[in-house]
Amino acid sequence: MVAGWFTGEGDDFRLLGTRCSACTSVFFPREDVCCRNPACPGGGLREVALSRRGRVWSYTDGRYRPPSPYVSDPELPWEPYALIAVELAAERLVVLGQAVPGVTVAGLTVGMEVEVVPGVLHEDAETTWTTWHWRPTGVTA
Amino acid sequence: MTGEVAVLGAGMHPWGKWGRSFVEYGTVAARAALDDAGMDWREVGSIVGADTVRGGYPGYVAGATIAKALGWQGARVTSVYAACASGAQAVGTARAQILGGLADVVLVVGADSAPKGFFRPAGGDRPDDPDWLRFRVLGATNPTYFGLYARRRMAVHGDTPEDFAQVKVKNSTLGALNPYARYRKRVTAEEVAASAVVADPLRLLDICATSDGGAALVLSSMEFARRRGVTEPVRIRAVSTVTPRYPNTVLDLPDIATDSAVAVEPAAETFRESIARAAYEEAGIGPDDLSLAEVYDLSTALELQWYEDLGLCGEGEAAKLLRDGVTALGGRIPVNVSGGLASFGEAVPAQAIAQVCELARQLRGEAGDRQVAGARVGISANQGLFGHGSAVIAVR
Repeated sequence: MVAGWFTGEGDDFRLLGTRCSACTSVFFPREDVCCRNPACPGGGLREVALSRRGRVWSYTDGRYRPPSPYVSDPELPWEPYALIAVELAAERLVVLGQAVPGVTVAGLTVGMEVEVVPGVLHEDAETTWTTWHWRPTGVTA
Repeated sequence: MTGEVAVLGAGMHPWGKWGRSFVEYGTVAARAALDDAGMDWREVGSIVGADTVRGGYPGYVAGATIAKALGWQGARVTSVYAACASGAQAVGTARAQILGGLADVVLVVGADSAPKGFFRPAGGDRPDDPDWLRFRVLGATNPTYFGLYARRRMAVHGDTPEDFAQVKVKNSTLGALNPYARYRKRVTAEEVAASAVVADPLRLLDICATSDGGAALVLSSMEFARRRGVTEPVRIRAVSTVTPRYPNTVLDLPDIATDSAVAVEPAAETFRESIARAAYEEAGIGPDDLSLAEVYDLSTALELQWYEDLGLCGEGEAAKLLRDGVTALGGRIPVNVSGGLASFGEAVPAQAIAQVCELARQLRGEAGDRQVAGARVGISANQGLFGHGSAVIAVR
């Protein structure tokens, strides 16, 4: 579904973006065609692992079931999850992601440190769709 | 000024969930605008339609669809899509045709039949579409973005949910005076606080609904207006349709991440601020000249953001402006006297046109109980998916 957006397991899990070899701009989701910096003559785009940790820019949640193409089991009651927008200092960009299960908006503040961890977006009998989650540092659940 | 076009007519179909075709809404609005202008459809040299993508195939060719419904008469035709900014781009296209001498009179129409519940992307697996991706990968609906902005304002500026609720109180009070609004009931702060949380910290009554609706304008050259004996028409003096500047560092629908500022220092001005600034520059006016503003209050918190982006106050001062009554009817700069999207809901291709309809009524002094006394200059502002944003300045 989103090939090449992340890699690794456990502590080695990382989001993957690309970096322009000419101007150093970083892109996530990955930009593989051409650099989007209008002042850049255009360089090769190379895969780069993004910083593992960042700080919360903002957060919210979804108290109602999102529509398709989000996949959820309509037979089960809707369990809201938090969404966190995270500032990565080294890359100077903000990446949105779901919080790990169990972390709610009540446990979040703007500016707190979070780290990226592997997560499951959805699974059925045949397939498990993996994704990235943001988890406040120090939370081990 | 040579850059101006005249607003000869404005018309709307009432907003609501009527369950009928967008063609009907657009046709009703178009006929109302033509009646308002005192014109026969056959005199119109060009029609510009703002597209809906949810009305099925005909929506992609909105201009021709409405032209057929009104009766083929050979007019030049254009259809434009720019998400929530579609209506403003339709106005911009019409203005360019008039100023370029391609048409004397242009009918601008936007109409939509909205689906129930959250907006969602068109069907199919389309991982090359950022709008599809944010739903599929994150379940990030439009309200979740509004929630992110609201929470950010609370953290950075100290805004409170009570401040947000007061935007709804203000706009519902004004919407109650507007016969075209979907919601015509005044809402209290207690009712906002008692409504369900949709996307923390925003509640149901903080977020605008989806609606059906239609709006239309008849625009003409100043010379045509004079020939018709309209000596002091409302005039459109600016239509900005700018894109962001790299790096765009405010997370925006439908993106999953911002641009990186690692190689290029971001401009001091955000995208939303640049939308208004471009219109001010084109019109040769500033925020102090405004009599009123119509802004996209997709959420209550977003209306406060627009106060700052339009330059009505400094950064972080929007809640104070609201609390002081500056943006209420009777205040120095009333905002969303139409009732705003809080009272109308979203009918995507129609709403930016409806904003200009309200400016026209206000500037003509025909807004009845919600009239802004002595209105001379109005601005509308909107923003749509994929880097679309527009502002229209109308004067009298």
